[in-house]
Amino acid sequence: MPQTVTLEVARYRPEREAEPIIETYEVPFRKDWVVLDALNHIKDKLDGTLSFRWSCRMGVCGSCGMTVNGRPKLTCAAFLSDHLPGPIRVEPLRYFPVVRDLVVDITDFMRKLKKVKPWIIRKEEKPLSEGEYRQTPDELDAYKQFSMCINCMICYSACPIYGLEPTFIGPAAIALAQRYNRDSRDQGAGERLEILSEHDGIWQCTFVGECTKVCPKNVDPAGAIQQYKLTSALHWVRTLLPRG
Amino acid sequence: MSSPARYTPYHPKWYRRRVSVWWWLETGSYTSFVLRELTSVFVAIFAVVMLWELRALAQGPAAYATFLARLKTPPFLALHALAFLFVVFHSITWFNLAPKAMAVRFRGKRVPDLVVAGLNYGAWLFLSVVVAFILLRG
Repeated sequence: MPQTVTLEVARYRPEREAEPIIETYEVPFRKDWVVLDALNHIKDKLDGTLSFRWSCRMGVCGSCGMTVNGRPKLTCAAFLSDHLPGPIRVEPLRYFPVVRDLVVDITDFMRKLKKVKPWIIRKEEKPLSEGEYRQTPDELDAYKQFSMCINCMICYSACPIYGLEPTFIGPAAIALAQRYNRDSRDQGAGERLEILSEHDGIWQCTFVGECTKVCPKNVDPAGAIQQYKLTSALHWVRTLLPRG
Repeated sequence: MSSPARYTPYHPKWYRRRVSVWWWLETGSYTSFVLRELTSVFVAIFAVVMLWELRALAQGPAAYATFLARLKTPPFLALHALAFLFVVFHSITWFNLAPKAMAVRFRGKRVPDLVVAGLNYGAWLFLSVVVAFILLRG
């Protein structure tokens, strides 16, 4: 087992570099270390100027997504031992504008997320006296997978369509829209249909399928989009029928 | 009273990397995706050849004989061999994707992907056997 491992980290300091450069760091190899641990070691011991986002260290917060050896991953779940012998190249998430080093600007995603109304919409709230909205385990099962999304944007970084057509609403936002569409308590599917069925919605997707492969929470955004294409197409057919 | 100060919101000096023309060569799955999309071209060519065959058939036995003779020339054999490979690739990728696009639920539980794909493959095999039987019988 090696004593150390080499990390090639993309650095972009807008006041210094016109475009990112690669800096090399030698970090101790430990069996239980993930790439995020190595980055924190660099920040603490080798170079305090390195910038990156992280928070929970356990695949819940969705902050530490980066490109590791060309693949988008949560760095808190990317073990050094799975990337031996190295060097391990760490770059910011692809297709997002880089603000500094490994930090990308996520404004675009936040705007799109809000656009699909990822919350429960009720035409009319029932009075408190009637109690809570109850769900059977099967009704929960219908949307649970999509509710696991942690907004890490790794799926966007894996989607060449998003890279080529930045106006595409994108995998996670559509999966989250589906999460609420399939919720038995929700009545907002009609409102979301307009947003999801427009040009920059589901029809931009050509089913590359990479979003599903890279998702750290097994959300299956590609499946969500294809299933919604069927819903949207059926809705369109119904509009053609009399009294549709 | 002086007018309130107008701030220009701070805007970082972003770095945006352009997507390379060769993005589809970056990973194996991107390449297989582009090949899958390309299969449609061969499916279309095959459809045109079939229309051409129908036209020859409508024009009588002599025209049809000429058509058949033309199909036996090396360029057409090569085209058909290539089209066959692409169409098989098209079918396999299509059936593998079917369970993703169709979340079939049975008695409240989702039918496993393998079952959905398996039924598709089964239908493919069955129809292929039927077609082979019809063609090889005579």
